[in-house]
Amino acid sequence: MTTPAAAARTQSQGDASPAPAADGTGRPLSRARAGARRVLASRRAAAGLALLGLLALLAVAGPFVSPWRWDDTDLTAFRAPPSSEHWFGTTQSGRDVFALSVRGLRRSLAIGLCVAVLSTGLAAAVGTVAGFAGGWTGRCLMWGVDVLLVLPSFLVVAVLSPLLGGRWPLLVPLLAAFLWMVTARVVRAMTVSLREREYVLAARFLGVGAPRVIVRHILPHLASLLVVDASLNVSVAIVTESGLSYFGFGVRPPDVSLGTIIADGRGTATTHPWLFGFAAALLVLVVLAVNLLGDGLRDVLDPTSSGPAPRTGGRVRRRARPGNARAHEYGTGPA
Amino acid sequence: MAAFLLRRLAGHAVLAVLAASLAYLLAAAALDPRADFEDRAPRPPASAIDAELSRLNLNDRTPVLRRYRTWAGGVARGDFGRTWQGEPVNAEMWRRTWVSLRLLLPGAVLGCVLGVLLGAYAAVRHGRAADRAITFASYLLLAVPVFVLAALLQIAASEVNDLAGVRVFEWVGESSPGAGEGAFGALGGFGDRLRHLLLPTVTVALAQLALYVRYQRGTMLDVLNADFVRTARAKGLRWRSALLRHGLRTAMIPMTTYFAYTSGLLLLGAMFTEKIFGWHGLGEWLIDSITRGDVNVVAAVNCLAAGCVLLAGLVSDVVNGFLDPRVRVGAA
Repeated sequence: MTTPAAAARTQSQGDASPAPAADGTGRPLSRARAGARRVLASRRAAAGLALLGLLALLAVAGPFVSPWRWDDTDLTAFRAPPSSEHWFGTTQSGRDVFALSVRGLRRSLAIGLCVAVLSTGLAAAVGTVAGFAGGWTGRCLMWGVDVLLVLPSFLVVAVLSPLLGGRWPLLVPLLAAFLWMVTARVVRAMTVSLREREYVLAARFLGVGAPRVIVRHILPHLASLLVVDASLNVSVAIVTESGLSYFGFGVRPPDVSLGTIIADGRGTATTHPWLFGFAAALLVLVVLAVNLLGDGLRDVLDPTSSGPAPRTGGRVRRRARPGNARAHEYGTGPA
Repeated sequence: MAAFLLRRLAGHAVLAVLAASLAYLLAAAALDPRADFEDRAPRPPASAIDAELSRLNLNDRTPVLRRYRTWAGGVARGDFGRTWQGEPVNAEMWRRTWVSLRLLLPGAVLGCVLGVLLGAYAAVRHGRAADRAITFASYLLLAVPVFVLAALLQIAASEVNDLAGVRVFEWVGESSPGAGEGAFGALGGFGDRLRHLLLPTVTVALAQLALYVRYQRGTMLDVLNADFVRTARAKGLRWRSALLRHGLRTAMIPMTTYFAYTSGLLLLGAMFTEKIFGWHGLGEWLIDSITRGDVNVVAAVNCLAAGCVLLAGLVSDVVNGFLDPRVRVGAA
């Protein structure tokens, strides 16, 4: 029963760029540490991680640095432009835009991460089970997916949002419940096609149980899709939340989110750009950082794509560039 | 294949009915149009409000299931009921559908085609300057939410207008009043409509494009290194045709699911674009109706959206079966 698993592992490693097999001590690296090392070697993932770290730092440390609290009002400064006293300026009612933006950033980060983990996990579970089991199980699961998919998510969230009463953690399962269906369908379609592959058939004929086949042989092949999907879901969740808040259906006053700040500032964006610009920039930066990280992870984790490779490999490939598309013709570049 | 499609169609019809019913029940249970009547000045007597609400099948004192029966009976005859002001929903819905389509169709098609082409191209040039530029641009675009993108485009357009001294760009509504009666007649009216269409279309197209570039690049990269592409090359196909006939075709299989659903959901996704650019389409109507508590309108737009999503799902099945023989054989 270990044979097919081992075979699959050798196969996937045969395709991948040569991983650093040992560190200085000669001890073999654990999978996790090898993975972490390669993630950091990917410039994109590292950049995304750094940017995300900076934003998280801002979100956590911001309230301690700023002299103003998010719900303070400065009655001496209405719509004041950025100054040494109010770093990002003030709103129409004299609230400090920096403190407000940091508060909104915290909301966005927390909601985005929780929703993505929840929805991608759900999509992977339902999609693989439906695709692998087939028959009535698969059909019923897909009906469930289809019903949720045609149910207008925006309406449901918009209609239910007053019931949340401003408790934003309740928004998380609500958003996650409407994010996973499309991915589940894609995962199912890919599982149906993977199910007929020789190594999966071999494992099944050797008597490996369905859950184990899914976890060891099917999920690893979906890893790149799921990682990219989770990263996209973080950004989709953040954007959806801010969109709902923009219309007044998500986070509601007196609480703030980046969406509510942008909605308040958009009307006067040409004359008072700081009311709109800083929150919008933070929103864009968060989403950008998450996406960079996700795509960098994809390059590293996906055994079939030509990965970022160790430094030397990159140099070799760059030298080989005049040979047109040769690197692709013979499998991966850095071999 | 035909039997497979017929079975899917039947399943889809059941789903559409189920989703439409759920949407109505939810909206009817949660939204309350009574407040709209009570806010009228002078405030009508309670019995008059009740009578009016009952006439429109909006009375929250009638049990939800009985209201649902009345509504469903109407829908079965093709009548979506009336808005809270007593106008028939049907006429307004078709008018607004047309408005939304005029806005969305060019943008969606443009974004979709350009996105797939750029994504595939970037994958083929993996790691080169072109790939880097395309990927970076798509990252940036993907990170900008529609409402920020629209606002940025409006700011940029107003700067251009100021610089040029004339109104090159327009961003409010579908057309300027009286444009068709100018020196150029109907042609001027058409040009004016095009100018109004430009910014919202660009907004819709850019938002779509970024997503497609990303997914297409990902799936294309997966197949580029696959054995069958190498085999196609080894049996003597040129690099270009090996890529197009074996690579791109296979890379589009997972994409069809995305195509179908994003185009189906586009109608509702246009809420931001319509609201910001002042187009009186379906998305704007839905938002306004949710805030007003106009149950029949919300239910009608949802029926339409559900129909679109299911139609798109069917199209995705057909395309998927067309591209991937295994699906055809396995499922039929």
